[in-house]
Amino acid sequence: MKDRISTAARSVPPSGIRKFFEMVLGMPEVISLGVGEPDFVAPWHIREACIYSLEKGYTMYTSNYGLLELREEISKFYNQWHNLDYNPESEILITTGVSEGYDLAIRALVNPGDEVLIPEPSYVSYKPCTVFAGGKPVVVTTNAEDEFKVRAENLRAAVTEKSKALVINYPNNPTGATMTRKELEEIADIAVEHDLTVISDEVYGRLTYEGRHTPFSSLEGMRDRTVILDGFSKAYAMTGFRIAFSLAPEDITDAMMKVHQYTMLCAPITGQMSAIEALRNGEREVATMTREYNRRRRVIVKRLNEIGLTCFTPKGAFYAFPSIKSTGLSSEEFSTQLLKSKKVAVVPGTAFGECGEGHIRCSYATSMEDLKTALNRIEDFTKSL
Amino acid sequence: MDEILEILVNDARTSPEEIAGMVGKTIAEVKSAIKAFEDNHTILKYTTIVNKEKADSVVQALIEVKVEPQRGIGYDAVGERIINFPEVVTAYLLSGTYDVLVVVEGKDLKEVAKFVSEKLATLDRVTGTVTHFLLKKYKEHGVVFHEKEKNKRLQVSP
Repeated sequence: MKDRISTAARSVPPSGIRKFFEMVLGMPEVISLGVGEPDFVAPWHIREACIYSLEKGYTMYTSNYGLLELREEISKFYNQWHNLDYNPESEILITTGVSEGYDLAIRALVNPGDEVLIPEPSYVSYKPCTVFAGGKPVVVTTNAEDEFKVRAENLRAAVTEKSKALVINYPNNPTGATMTRKELEEIADIAVEHDLTVISDEVYGRLTYEGRHTPFSSLEGMRDRTVILDGFSKAYAMTGFRIAFSLAPEDITDAMMKVHQYTMLCAPITGQMSAIEALRNGEREVATMTREYNRRRRVIVKRLNEIGLTCFTPKGAFYAFPSIKSTGLSSEEFSTQLLKSKKVAVVPGTAFGECGEGHIRCSYATSMEDLKTALNRIEDFTKSL
Repeated sequence: MDEILEILVNDARTSPEEIAGMVGKTIAEVKSAIKAFEDNHTILKYTTIVNKEKADSVVQALIEVKVEPQRGIGYDAVGERIINFPEVVTAYLLSGTYDVLVVVEGKDLKEVAKFVSEKLATLDRVTGTVTHFLLKKYKEHGVVFHEKEKNKRLQVSP
């Protein structure tokens, strides 16, 4: 029998997170710091609007681009918050999560053999989706000493003639790192120098704790070469609604829409109706959740450092990415032993790329009470080594 | 609301050490902020929200009280008489079809009825009362009374 699975599908390893997920299954008393989504449920007014949309019979397809009403709200929001102008009719596309948005952007931009620069540690799907589209992922490493910001010289060293696009993700999953406007400008200069299109995953853009987030397209000269991917999952605790969007120049939006049209057709209308409500009336809840994350952030970072798991202060998202090198264990050994002996789930840094070795990802999207218990258990664990 | 207050409203047992960690201030700063709130009566008391149905048997009633106001002092004289009764747990002056809302607590229906008819309704300048017995509490002080549902998230996700 011929090998019926495609080379691309075979060449991509399964997500490193999957393995931990399987291990945790059937361990009911586990406290998990391994979750990449809010512990809050979507605010009630959003769920209520969602139910109402069903009652009113909004159960049909929408335009391939998504509901114009939602695109208009998004345009207004970016204008008010970031002073950016995106035409809701031609530069905004509603996608089924940022995950789809990334896939669309890559497929719209990358030709077979083109190189895509991906800073690591990174979200798990950037590399595989690039491979599925026939592109070649080129890793740009970042490290704890630089607080996991992309260093211009490392990026320069990775650029070649074939480089087509650069992926940026700040605030970052898994490290919680952010980059300031000034730091991003250095990266923008390289994008111009080498004619790179920047795919900027900014789904955690609303979750920053020390200063406001800078959208990549707001940097000088970047609007025309940036695809911003943003969504409702994190800030509004709407992961299961699967609603996100891209902001990009018309030609890129058009190409992304083409792929979207023939694969997804449109994002689910129920989620889109809910997202309209989120943008119109969600500010209060976003602020409340952000304040709570911020308190947990301070608690987890201080405690991890006291325990001896050195951790820089993450300024965004809801992750801490401490070093576990002092224990002498590998990321995977640490995570596995911690789970088995103390029933605390974290994700080994290596799930996010090789340079995540020596680190673990701890999500603080979990209640303060559980967080404190988990930290106590982590302390017991490190003392027992 | 001030962030320290917000934390205490959510859990009054949070220690100054813990609060300091959460808000990024020193323990001394937090302690002095709390003391200032206590001194200026922003913080009135530290108490516990109890689901009384589980603790012991009590009956609560919400009573609409119509009051004839007095020149110069309005409703306050009557209001202050009402709150002196230990049976009264809450009292508000309101706008609308009646004047004062009183929440009364007693060990059974009879005790509450007796209090209303003998003490409250007979007060000078009280011109009428309507009593609503409380059947079930869904939410109080932002706290939902039924058991919390378990979080349905996957335990590990990217």
